[in-house]
Amino acid sequence: MRRITKISAVLSAGLFSLAATACTSDGGDTASEGENSDFKACMVSDSGGFDDKSFNETSLAGQDAAEEDLGIETATVESAGDSEYANNIAQLVEQGCDHITTVGFLLGDATLASAQENTDLSYAIVDFAYADDQGNNTAPDNLKGLTYATDQPAFLAGYLAAGMTESDKVGTLGGQNIPTVTIFMEGFRRGVDQYNQDNGTKVQVLGWNGKSGSFTDDFEDKTKAQAIGEQLIGQGADIIMPVAGPSGLGALQAAKDAGVKGIWVDSDGYESTEFGDILLTSVVKGMDVSVEQAITDSVNDEYDNEIYLGTLENEGVGLADYHDFEDQVPDELKDKIDELRQQIIDGELTTS
Amino acid sequence: MSSLRMTAGWWASAKVTLAAFAIALLIGAVLIAFSDEDVVETLPNLFTYPGDFFVAAADAIGSSYWAMLKGSLGSWHAIASTLERSAPLICAGLGVTFAFRAGLFNIGAQGQMTIAALIGGYVAFAWQLPAGLHLLCALVACLIGGALWGGVAGVLKAQAGAHEVITTIMLNYVAASVLLYALSKDAFQRPGSDNALSPQPLDTARFPSIGGVHLGVLLALLAAVLVWWVLDRSTLGFELRAVGANPNAARTAGMSTTVVYTVAMVIAGALAGLAAAMNVLGEGNALSPTLVGSIGFDAITVALLGRASPVGTVLAGLLFGAMSVGGVAMQASVGTPKELTAVIQALIVLFVAAPTFVKALMRFKDQGGGTTLLAKGWGA
Repeated sequence: MRRITKISAVLSAGLFSLAATACTSDGGDTASEGENSDFKACMVSDSGGFDDKSFNETSLAGQDAAEEDLGIETATVESAGDSEYANNIAQLVEQGCDHITTVGFLLGDATLASAQENTDLSYAIVDFAYADDQGNNTAPDNLKGLTYATDQPAFLAGYLAAGMTESDKVGTLGGQNIPTVTIFMEGFRRGVDQYNQDNGTKVQVLGWNGKSGSFTDDFEDKTKAQAIGEQLIGQGADIIMPVAGPSGLGALQAAKDAGVKGIWVDSDGYESTEFGDILLTSVVKGMDVSVEQAITDSVNDEYDNEIYLGTLENEGVGLADYHDFEDQVPDELKDKIDELRQQIIDGELTTS
Repeated sequence: MSSLRMTAGWWASAKVTLAAFAIALLIGAVLIAFSDEDVVETLPNLFTYPGDFFVAAADAIGSSYWAMLKGSLGSWHAIASTLERSAPLICAGLGVTFAFRAGLFNIGAQGQMTIAALIGGYVAFAWQLPAGLHLLCALVACLIGGALWGGVAGVLKAQAGAHEVITTIMLNYVAASVLLYALSKDAFQRPGSDNALSPQPLDTARFPSIGGVHLGVLLALLAAVLVWWVLDRSTLGFELRAVGANPNAARTAGMSTTVVYTVAMVIAGALAGLAAAMNVLGEGNALSPTLVGSIGFDAITVALLGRASPVGTVLAGLLFGAMSVGGVAMQASVGTPKELTAVIQALIVLFVAAPTFVKALMRFKDQGGGTTLLAKGWGA
């Protein structure tokens, strides 16, 4: 509930500023297309690299979209290890970047240090926010944290999975026991619980019990997720949701081999992976949208350090289409999920 | 024995290395040209307008390599970055070199660095001590951590005859898992956060820096001098090289191979620990699952390229550090993929490891110096 009020505050603030631009930029919009070419937006990946079919790649898609839409210059740097972050950001500063996006909480320290040093540049960091013990924003004025309430769509995915399973067992696995991963798994678990409550069923979640579960401890190695996927399927799961970046593709392979279904995360797996035909849906984390928005704000001189939270309401997160399963998902279930979505947006239902 | 041969063939071996570098850059140039969009656009008209192709290719290659050079050596800031990036490579490379001279192929710098960073990093962020003393404690903790992990492989080799290649590789996995486990515990996490990220090392435990370079870099160079002295001037070094050259003969001559193997791995581990100190106490990085990156493995390449000599290792470390920093600049300014630097680095080592091929290609007369120590560790 508290979160919702905060969101609406952010939203209304955003609307005001939007309205403000609409007033001031009358006619100036077309002229600014070319002017933006002196603006340079840059991005540093974490060690996953920009080809991870997951959060680095999606974030970069946001910057690429901004390049196209705003006519700005861009540059990117990939990191191989922690000791590179500070230097990689410094290199981009030296290249004359006006806005720097860093991807992942591991870059938190290096981004903060650079933002404090270069107060005339704007910074955004994906999947991280600077907060003290009370949850107050501690970021400097030129640094924006981008965070995502992925538990909301994951909750819907859990509800859907519980409604679609034939073995009364669904599974999930993570890349590592860290909050940005387990938030998906916890939302999924609660969604299944909700289905059980509503329908008096006993669908079990394998791979996550609210505290511990199955983890690959690796976001790269597909074989690890494949092995865990096979285990989960062996224990009876007929729908699995891997939350392990590119490693998770191994779990989808296991699902395909065993003839069971999967749910992808971060991006719409129907488009980004080769396993579209077994995917019920995907839990989409709209990093591209928020990264582009931050760049746009910076171009328009409207930057603030307010923490961004992607939700179902502002469509910063969402549940993808059912694609090939459109006809197989019962209409009642679809309606129920739409209803739950609305309840979450209205703040009547908490998912974490 | 080996130092004698190396002096005799010093120029010949340097020539092979330089030639390997040149060939690798040449192949890199071809890759740059064909991965550049502007160049690819000229390809359909290659035979009608060959000029366009060569102009575009020269432009792509020139601007990429220029950006790399400028990014690594073009300003004091660039040089500082290069030195800081080279320091851990040099230290860990020295560790590999040291073990190598005792006939041990130490693949475990990665794991040794990981444990060193874990222990040293904990001391650096959790203990409250006055400046100076804190740095000393954290540094010693790093050295002990590395020495401990290297020592395990040494003892296993000396006492049980377990091959160090196998044990060090396995110990890398164990170390990575230990780090992950530690980072899942509250004691190693930031207060109020569940992320696998420790607090930052306190300022009292950081190397002081002058002109933007932390003083750990000096320590890395001192370590190189020390390793040279131990290997070439001390009794221990003599025994080490004797065991490395022929363990049976050394044993017959009354040397203890068990002591040599253990000591060699302990010191190698401590050097890897020093590399971890560059990371944690020098750059001030917090502990995370990806803290060490691939430095421990790059160190093997550095040592091989440096022909298992301390001077060579320092030079190779500087080269790799410069290429790594320059690679980022190349990617940031021209957009050439950073992977290219990794390809060039790998090619250099590949050619250095195949001296006959390079000599045939460059039409050098065979003057020796090509037969390196590289393949030796495996048999020992």
